[in-house]
Parts: sequence; C-alpha cells; structure tokens
Amino acid sequence: MLLRHTPKEISERHALTINPAKTCQPIGAMYAALGINGCMPHSHGSQGCCAYHRSALTRHYKEPISAGTSSFTEGASVFGGQANLLQAIDNIFTIYEPEVVAVHTTCLSETIGDDLPQIIDKATKEGKVPKGKHVLYANTPSYVGSHVTGFSNMVKGMARVAESTGHKNGKVNIIPGWVEPADMEEIKRLAALIGVDIILFPDTSGILNGPLSGEYKMFPEGGVTIAQLRSAGDSIGTLALGEWCSADAARFLDTNNKVPCRVLDIPIGLKATDRFVDALRIIAGVSVPEEVTHERGQLVDMISDMHQYFFQKKVALAGDPDQLIAMVEFLVSIDMWPVHVVTGTPGKAFVARIKELTADLPFEVNVKADQQADMFLLHQWVKNEPVDLLLGNTYLKYISRDEDIPMVRWGFPILDRVGHQYFPTVGYKGALRLLEKILSALLDRKDRDDPEQSFELVM
Amino acid sequence: MISAHDNKAPADLAVIKEQILGKYPPKVARKRAKQILINEALENETPEITANVRTIPGIITMRGCTYAGCKGVIMGPTRDIVNITHGPIGCGFYSWLTRRNQTDASAPDAENYMTYCFSTDMQDKDIIFGGEKKLELAIQEAYDIFHPKGICIFATCPVGLIGDDIHAVALKMKNKLGDCNVFAFSCEGYKGVSQSAGHHIANNQVFRHLVGLNDENKPGEYKINLLGEYNIGGDGFEIDRILKKCGITNIATFSGNSSYDQFASAHTADLNAVMCHRSINYVADMLEVKYGIPWVKINFIGAEATAKSLRKIAKYFDDPILTERVEAVIAEEMPAVAEVANQVRPRTEGKTAMLFVGGSRAHHYQELFKELGMKTISAGYEFAHRDDYEGRHVLPGLKVDADSRNIEEIEVSPDETRYNPRKSEEDMEALVSSGLDFKQYEGMIPDMEKNTVVIDDLNQYEAEKMVELMKPDIFCAGIKEKFSIQKLGIPMKQLHSYDSGGPYAGFRGAVNFYNEIDRLVNSKVWGYLKAPWQENPELSATYVWE
Repeated sequence: MLLRHTPKEISERHALTINPAKTCQPIGAMYAALGINGCMPHSHGSQGCCAYHRSALTRHYKEPISAGTSSFTEGASVFGGQANLLQAIDNIFTIYEPEVVAVHTTCLSETIGDDLPQIIDKATKEGKVPKGKHVLYANTPSYVGSHVTGFSNMVKGMARVAESTGHKNGKVNIIPGWVEPADMEEIKRLAALIGVDIILFPDTSGILNGPLSGEYKMFPEGGVTIAQLRSAGDSIGTLALGEWCSADAARFLDTNNKVPCRVLDIPIGLKATDRFVDALRIIAGVSVPEEVTHERGQLVDMISDMHQYFFQKKVALAGDPDQLIAMVEFLVSIDMWPVHVVTGTPGKAFVARIKELTADLPFEVNVKADQQADMFLLHQWVKNEPVDLLLGNTYLKYISRDEDIPMVRWGFPILDRVGHQYFPTVGYKGALRLLEKILSALLDRKDRDDPEQSFELVM
Repeated sequence: MISAHDNKAPADLAVIKEQILGKYPPKVARKRAKQILINEALENETPEITANVRTIPGIITMRGCTYAGCKGVIMGPTRDIVNITHGPIGCGFYSWLTRRNQTDASAPDAENYMTYCFSTDMQDKDIIFGGEKKLELAIQEAYDIFHPKGICIFATCPVGLIGDDIHAVALKMKNKLGDCNVFAFSCEGYKGVSQSAGHHIANNQVFRHLVGLNDENKPGEYKINLLGEYNIGGDGFEIDRILKKCGITNIATFSGNSSYDQFASAHTADLNAVMCHRSINYVADMLEVKYGIPWVKINFIGAEATAKSLRKIAKYFDDPILTERVEAVIAEEMPAVAEVANQVRPRTEGKTAMLFVGGSRAHHYQELFKELGMKTISAGYEFAHRDDYEGRHVLPGLKVDADSRNIEEIEVSPDETRYNPRKSEEDMEALVSSGLDFKQYEGMIPDMEKNTVVIDDLNQYEAEKMVELMKPDIFCAGIKEKFSIQKLGIPMKQLHSYDSGGPYAGFRGAVNFYNEIDRLVNSKVWGYLKAPWQENPELSATYVWE
C-alpha cells in the first residue's frame, strides 16, 4: 500500500496539513501571466520558488515555461530585494526582450515588505523599462489563500492596465478563470459562434499548447495584448467565470472603469454552459446559432444514452473551488452523487454553495474548505464511505491504487497523462469529453470486475 | 600532432563565447565570462573557472534553492522519517513525490512516508505572531497519527525572517515524545547560492543527530557506505544488486532508498564510497575524522566506470576472495553490456552531447556517452563548486565568500569510543603506493577533451545559444530546460529525473542508457518537424482538374 499509514479513524487536526489539495499563490500568478502576449513572468523571491513553479507548470503542460527570479540571497532578505528586482528587470528586457514583465511576490518578499509599485516606478525612472514596454505586478503572499488566490491577484494586476477613454468599444471582457489553454480556445470559439467580440484575459491558448516545428519561440503568438487590456476599460461588460479566480478583476473593472460585470460559474457541464451561452446571447443581443444548440443537444443525448451508468454513482472530488462548484453541479445534473468534496483553498462561501447544489440529494455531502481539507482527509472519508469514482489531480492516483477505485484526472496538476492541453472540458463539447472520460473509467472497471457469465459485449 | 582542425577550433570557440557574452549588459558579461571556460586541456594545467557564486537576477537560471537541496534532495529519499515542512504550503507541495527517488518499502512492517506531504501550511497570522506553537502542535499531531521513529522539520524562507526557533521546538518535542527523534534544518531558501547549501545543511544535521546512534554489529563482509547516491529511477537498486553479487555489504546509502536505521549505523562501515562528490564529500571527511573510515571516490555511471569502481573497493579490502569475486561479476556482466553497445554504436558513434546538470552528473554521464562513441562538446554544473570542476587540489585556495560563510561547517574530532582507524598507517601507505587514491577527485575538466566548453550555472539564453551555435545531437539537463530545447528539434534527456527512465547506473543501467540514447537521437519524430508543403513550397506544375 502506498498510503499505508492513513488510518480509517479520523482525528481532528489543527496544525498539520497532510497531502494538500492546494498549493501556494505565486504559481497561479505565473500561470496567469503566461496568458499575456509577449510576457515574461517574474518571481520576486528565492530561486527555489521560481524553479518549483516552472517545474510544476512544465510537468503539467509539457511545454517550455520561462520565468525570471530575483534570486534573493541572505543579504537581500535582510536589506530588501529592490536591487535584485531592478537588476532583474534590466537583464530580462536586455537579454530576453519581452513586451511585458509580470512580477509577483513570494512569502519571502512579502514578509520583508518589498514595495513592488515603488520598485517598478524606480526601474521605469532609471530607464530599465524600454519605451513601449510594460511591467505589471501582483502581490501574492504564499501564506494567504492558495494558488487560486495568486491567479486571481495576477488577473487583477492585468485589469489595472485597463483605461477608460469614454468611448465604448463594443466588446465583452471574458475572464475565463484557471482553465486550460484548450478551454480558453473553446470559450473563444463559442463566443465567435454566437457573434460576440471578446477580450479574453488571461489567454494561454497558443502559448502552452504550441507545436513542435524546429523553432523555439520564447514568446509565441497568443495571449492577451497590452492594447487589449487597455481597451478592456472601454468594454460594454465583463463576464467573470468563477468567483474565486475571476470575480476580483471583474469587480475592479466595474468600480474603476465603470464596466459592469456578471460573475458566472466556469462553464463546465450542461447547466453552467447554458448560463454562459445565455449570458453571451443577452449581452450581444443575438439569437444563439443553431450550431451551438446542436452541440447542446448532443450532450443531452449522451447523458440520456448512458444515464444508467451514471445513475447514483458515488464520487469523491478534490480540486479548486470554481471548478468543483461547476463539476458538482454537473454530477448532480446527471444523477451522479458527489459524496466527498475537499479543497485546500479556504472559503465558507464554497462550502455553502456545495451544500446548496447537493441539497436535494438523499444524504449530506462531506465538504470542507480549509487548511486541513486535504487529500489525507479525503482518503479517510473514502475509507469510511467508499465511492465509485475519484475526480481530481494526479495525486489522487495513490488513493485510487490503494483503494482500487477508478479515477479521472481533472484539474491541476496532471503530471502523468496528456490531453488536458488540447481537449477542453468547458462548453458542451468539453462536457462530452468529461462524460466520455468518466464513462470509460466506470465501464473499464465494470468490464474488469463483471463475472464471466454476465460480461457484456454491448453497453 | 595538432591538426589544422584543432588549431582552428579554439578560435571558433572563442568567437562563440564572445557571441554569447555580446548580448549581456557589461556587468553581466564580465561576470559570466569567468563562468564560461574554453577547455584547452593543457597537461595538468586546467584553467580556473568561477563557480558556486550568486546567480544573476533575471537571467533564468536552472538553479533551485537551499530548501530544495535539503528537503528535496537529501532527506526526500528517506522513507521512514516524517518530514514536516514548516512554512506556507507551496514548498512542501512542490517537493512531494516529484524527484523520482525510488524506495523499497516492501518489508511487511516497513514504514514509508515518502508518499505523504506534511506541512504546517503557515497562514498570515502565523507570520505575524510566530509559527512555533503551530509547529509544536503539528509535530504532536504527526506523532499521534503515525508514531514514527523520526520527525524532521524543514524551514522555509519566512521562518528565518520571523525568527521561529525550530531547533528549540524540535528539542522540546523530542524530549516530550521520548521515543521519537525530532530535529530541524535551517534550510531557508534564501541561504547560500543554490541547492548545494541545502545539501550541506541536511548532511550536517544527519551527521549530528543520526549517524552513530546504532552500534549494533550488522551482518556481512566488506562493509561500505555509498555516499551521494539518490536512487533516481532505481539507480541505487542496480548498484545494490551488483554489490550484493560481489559480496560487498552496503550499510547505508546517503540517501537513496535509505532508512533511519541505515544512517544510524553508518559509522560501522569500513569504507566510504563517494559517488556525488559535490553533495557529500564533507560527510566523508567527517566520517573519517570522527570514526576512522577512509573514503574513495567511485562512479557507477558507465559500465567501465562501474567495473573500475568495484575494483577500487576490492583493492581497498585487499582480500583475494573479494578480488576474485569482483572480477567474476565483471566478467559475467560485461558481455550483455558489450552486446547492446555494439548494436547501438553504429547509430550513435560520432554524435555529440551537451550536459548541464547537477554537481556530478555532468561529469559522470560523459562516461556513458564515451561508451556510445559520443563526444561531450560542452558541459557544466548547476550548483557545483570549483573542486568539482578542477579537482580537490584547489580546495585550500578556495575563497570563502559571504554566501558560503553562512553555511555551517561542523568541527569534528575523533569519537571517544567509536573512533577506530580501519587501516594502519602502513597499510594505507601501501595502498596509496599501489595506486589507490584516497580522498581524491580530479573533477570534470581534466576528463574533458580539448576544445570543449565548460559553463557553470548555465541559463536559458546561453542554453539556446549553445544549441544554435554548436548544434549538439543531444542535450541533457532538467525538466525546466526540456521542452525549449526539444522545440528546436534537438532531443533532450533529463538527467535529474531521467524523464521516466532508469536505472542508468551499473551494468544494466548502462544497457538502459545506450538504448535510451539510441531511441532519442534516432527517433523518427525529428524528421516530422516540417510539413511536406513547407519543405517544398514551390508548385512544380499546375494541376488542372477536369
């Protein structure tokens, strides 16, 4: 057994996190920054932070992840990291020539209190930021929230670039949340089908799912441009997908630039996608094209065709709040039973929302969202109340193997399978893919376990 | 005889170096110039390289931090110690199962915590009011759930800044728990200039709190410790297989596939065999001073190197039975190695490699490439020191800078009861005069051919430039470098984690490596980079559909 020391008996913990269902803020900021055109993310902290984030993102995307670090030494930690950041900005623009450098902090630079706007201002005044180039920033203390918070903070950093000219541009801002490059592509495709002109930020499509062609472009085509971000202040509205990842930036644009916003769930599954498409239609004042309705119908068709295999199957989930909310709603909508849900990202609102979504189920769902809401607890819950399926990131494979429960890899990070870069899970098409994956896991298991006399050819 | 080609090459390399430096701001160029060295391999006169110095901010280094070196590299592979990261969640998360060091916990009662990640997950209030109480409680909670024999605490950056006394907490809990050895590591990420400082901090504490605790006489003959072997992809398993076959007893590996008890018994071995000089040579020195165990440098990467290392160990024990057995094992293992080498060599011969990794691998793996008939045209370490490049003779002259001064050096003296010189002075002298080198490592540079480039702390820009200018057939580094190199159409082999491969150590490892390099450099995929219409954009005729 790989997790042989995990006891079934649950003891309350107050200080120890075991097998976390989250990581720290800066990696979220780094991922978000990669969704800006020509952008070099920069980690203002020790070398290790940057090395760890680049490694984790590289393992997940199997793509190059370039990012700078301020390489703090003991001296910098005592006297402040200003000199290091000034030097880093100069070096990055000279050597790598990005359009944008997006700086985020770490627990180290936050603890010593480095003032990013002041240092960036100094860099600009000293001519270290070439004309026409930009430095964005986000404060991402690792001891607050999670990687999700860091993503949200960098997205807000992007929103700070927005300007209001007084002339509306007729566009809709869409903040997609922490989704895969393929999901961002799918959101753009849906918007284009419906006929809405959008500004999507961040947008990692084309950046983190690039081709192999014999050329290496540190800054590939793709990503939201600074011009687009500026123009976001003139948009007619903002759709923020996900309260945890996207709402802060949308509300900032609402308050600062008078761009009204609506916060929706990430369009994972039937109902959330329905609400997303409906919102787009209303904003654009158009009819939903037949093609989109057709895709929806295909999804409903698959749900109906295979409903018997989903029906009352118990699921344990670990992941991030925005994704979990949408996924739990989706599972309930196809009569699957989410029974255990953990996220390390703290939030009472999350727990309330999951309870609300599962209120009609004939049992009370186990849900927790705090420091001790970890995969260790999830495993203990599963030991006490077994499930048919695990949904979450690669780390769940240890529980899957020990308890002999099928799993579907979903979320961040996925370190041992591919596909998430290329095939979306948002939208109707994404929901079809999710169902296909869930079905394959459940039916492969059924095929493995069915006795010979009832082994089925047709399913 | 020097050919015209040889004469020309250094000039080319000088141009390459100049081209690389040309892009840098002047201050950066001056610093990097000292870390990029054209190896002219003059007889016994290797030029000096600057190493183990601060990385330039913003340059996109390959390096990680002290915490990574301490918790990730040294303590990570130890299965039966509960390793608690004291800090915000990230550091613990990223070092959770990501290094591919395998462990054998198949014994029925074996403890294995390597699949777990333990963290105090510090929050803002802990940063403001201090995290000692939370740490204390976390240790108690870990003890109550798991009852391990050891708990280790690892400091992350903010811990040092806010002044949590993790050593005091560890001592308090050790005394309170009674049957659990609790100790801590001040391995904040900002210390030192790379992972190397973390190795040192980890090894010091293992030496101080673990080594020497178990005096029990372990069964077996020809007892050695294997220092600096981390069992990535099962390397340690293959080395153990060979040692066992030779009848050599491995008391403790530092730290691949290790356990608490192995460390505790390390002082009962009679020889220390040092694999990764960088990460652990100081432990070998301390074991010698305190317990009287001599050390030799060995290398199990490469079939020839493995044979040579086994012979070195046999020579030390100076017993015809062992010598005979070692020769028999080498004779038995080599034909299978040679068979694969002969199959593969026609497809690898004459190809070139670049290696930028670690503190010893960039040197050791040149052996394997040599066996494939491949030349290493450029190499460098990520976190090694000058002695790893130039040899230990430079040690007395090494400058101790501000960053190194902060990393503790333990002063050791002979143990009152356990010090026992394994060989008499006369025996040692006789061994030395018969050609056995103790405490000796010549470093990477003397082993490299003329007209090669040695680069310390390579960065993203230099990697790309080197590939563009020198066009190697394969490039070896780590996960962060993997895909930018492969985008260029050059196969890239990870030599930290081996991608998903291994073992590459020992005889079977050599076979695995030959096949892997053959697969990589000869993969069909490199021929698919351009679509037919890109290779042949001109239309040769107009087709008319009728």
